[in-house]
Amino acid sequence: MEFGLSEEQTLLQETINRFLDDNAKLDRVRKYADDAEDVGADIWAGLAELGVAALLVPEAHGGIGLKTLDAAVVAECLGAHVAPAPFLTTAVLAVTALRTAGDTAQQAQWLPRIADGSLRIGAALAEACGARGAAGVTAANGKLAGTSLFALDADADMFLVADGERRLHIVARGAAGLGVNPLPHVDRTQRMAELTFDSTPAELLPGSADGEACRAVIDVGRVVQAADTLGAAQNMLDQAVDYAKQREQFNRVIASFQAVKHLCAEMAAAIEPSRALVWYAAHALDEVPEEGRLTACHVKAHLAETGEFVARTATVVHGGMGFTDLLGLHYWFKRIGFNRQTLGGPERVREEAARVQGFA
Amino acid sequence: MDLSYGPEYDDFRQEVRSFIAKHKHLAPAQQGVRSPRVKEWQQLLIQHGYAARTIPTEYGGYGAEPDILKGRIIGEEFAAGQVSTGLSGQGISMLVPTLLELGSEAQKQEFIRPTLTGEFVWCQGYSEPNAGSDLASLRTSAVLDGDDWVINGSKIWTSTAHLADWMFCLVRTEPDAPKHQGISFLLLRMDTPGIEIRPLVDMTMQPNFNEVFFTDVRVPKEQIVGHRGEGWRVANAVLGHERESLGDPNASLSRLNRLIHLMQTETVDGARPMDNPALRDRLMKFQARVMAMRFNDLRILSARLNGADAGLARMITKLQATELRHELEGFAIDVMGEFGLLYGKHPHVRDQGSWQNQYMYFLGLIIGGGTSQIQKNIISERGLGMPREPKAIVKAEA
Repeated sequence: MEFGLSEEQTLLQETINRFLDDNAKLDRVRKYADDAEDVGADIWAGLAELGVAALLVPEAHGGIGLKTLDAAVVAECLGAHVAPAPFLTTAVLAVTALRTAGDTAQQAQWLPRIADGSLRIGAALAEACGARGAAGVTAANGKLAGTSLFALDADADMFLVADGERRLHIVARGAAGLGVNPLPHVDRTQRMAELTFDSTPAELLPGSADGEACRAVIDVGRVVQAADTLGAAQNMLDQAVDYAKQREQFNRVIASFQAVKHLCAEMAAAIEPSRALVWYAAHALDEVPEEGRLTACHVKAHLAETGEFVARTATVVHGGMGFTDLLGLHYWFKRIGFNRQTLGGPERVREEAARVQGFA
Repeated sequence: MDLSYGPEYDDFRQEVRSFIAKHKHLAPAQQGVRSPRVKEWQQLLIQHGYAARTIPTEYGGYGAEPDILKGRIIGEEFAAGQVSTGLSGQGISMLVPTLLELGSEAQKQEFIRPTLTGEFVWCQGYSEPNAGSDLASLRTSAVLDGDDWVINGSKIWTSTAHLADWMFCLVRTEPDAPKHQGISFLLLRMDTPGIEIRPLVDMTMQPNFNEVFFTDVRVPKEQIVGHRGEGWRVANAVLGHERESLGDPNASLSRLNRLIHLMQTETVDGARPMDNPALRDRLMKFQARVMAMRFNDLRILSARLNGADAGLARMITKLQATELRHELEGFAIDVMGEFGLLYGKHPHVRDQGSWQNQYMYFLGLIIGGGTSQIQKNIISERGLGMPREPKAIVKAEA
């Protein structure tokens, strides 16, 4: 009986955190956010060298063959640092799609390149989690048509695209008839684009015909994204506590006021069970498959709520400084907000959780 | 991550299961501290090591080596079989561990065995009208007079005082010492002259509590646990245990399952509450919270098995678990609407009125055993390292 991270996972966490402490400091994240310097490519190259891109890629394809919980550990570090990195899209969503639905040739073609960090695959799955407006993609004769709003990782070399029947396709960035229109949005640490398809050649992942592979990809994505929110929320609490211990008003550090302490206690009380839920949901996807989808839905929605509460409360503890760009706390606030809406907002995934159990 | 208990525990689980299957018919349906059936059941459980498991045999226990997982398996299997785990109460859960740790040999011999068998029923005399969250400011005094302590003062929130044979209590014996160092831990018989018990009806309309008044109550001086002035330390040897035991995640899970049943069987305008998207959304929120608390509990268990402290994960359980239960019970009342208001005996009452009862009862638990506000102080000070509130400026004497 061992509920928690293994020694190897703790070591992985320390390694990634150390790298990000050195290479993804807030001033570098700001440069990325301001489009001043592409530190994103640099950070991703460094992470790939540490094996992050190869984490879920099977050993036969040059990867490490680790599991969802290991990916959650990495995502937590990335969220804590609000690091710009295509981890969720390339290393998690695309790898899972290729593993579950790609044929041997497709796996052999793309997985090793993902593993060595030379290939980035974005994810256009928004419509499979609730199509907004008229967005939607149709596929026929190896060509895609339509629009996918809100594709994750606008800078990717290729895109994983879900069509209206939840079949999965891979489209190259330079493909004929593909439009990639970056969308300005609130979280500048993650880039999002609208994709338009006009007879765009695409390669179908043959194992995705029944839509189940797409659902499985989204399950993993939700768990890993929840872990990113967990990391961001924990970091916001840490920052709030540190700030409260420094800041003096009424001749006392504000950390000695119960009004402030209780806000911090409430954040910790929300975060700790959330952490256990993230660990379990990640574990369940690989080891308790009959519970995997339900816990993936619950962890996505629950971390969206925990994240929102912590984002607001930690900002409030910082007072006026929390509201400024000077301190930069808003990068975490916005990251949490981004993770809340993408891959299914909380009401949507709770409804899916109800459906999984036959309640709806 | 490894959620199995390991093959060596499978045999033990089988043992527990076959014991339950064989003896279930002897288990008492109701908990009643005086019922002979409860006491016989308790004896049977002790003989087989399912109660008083790790208490040494010389004091009436089963004498097994402590094994956290075996203890947990017993709890799980008895809960699954819906069979009583024997006597509980503050004598068994708090006094016995305290005596084992800090009692004299004579006290262990005298008190542990009859407490385990249900011959001695205990109540706890800690809180006072003016010493609630600030328990260490308690004023009930004990003055040594010859061979006796002479006690004057009053206690409040004393559950089971009207049923108890004995009380373990905190009294002030060193009025000139700093408040935490002036307290002693005494044991006294509830039939001692000078004790008056008044029942205190709570909002569930049950006399779950009492006030206890002491007027020149004489207690033999050897009935002190630990030394004079050490009572605070003696009491705190087991207080932490009480806080953690207030929020059993498996009890929350069984209430959630009952709530799901309710949402699938009641109707409003001919439709099930489960078919109402707003109610269904609220249910799913609760399900995620119950799950998170269950896994948090597994994390704490895992830390205990490794001899580690789960830290914040442990400190937040009383706060989160009691708030969660209160809200969950209240949600069931929303699901039932006017039916949820019914309370008492009537064919229309759902689940014996347990939703209203538990809704109120858990509000009591949010307050009792260290209020949610005190919990937040503990979490922020001990868990997050934030400084204590500066000492209040005490009003100057006129």
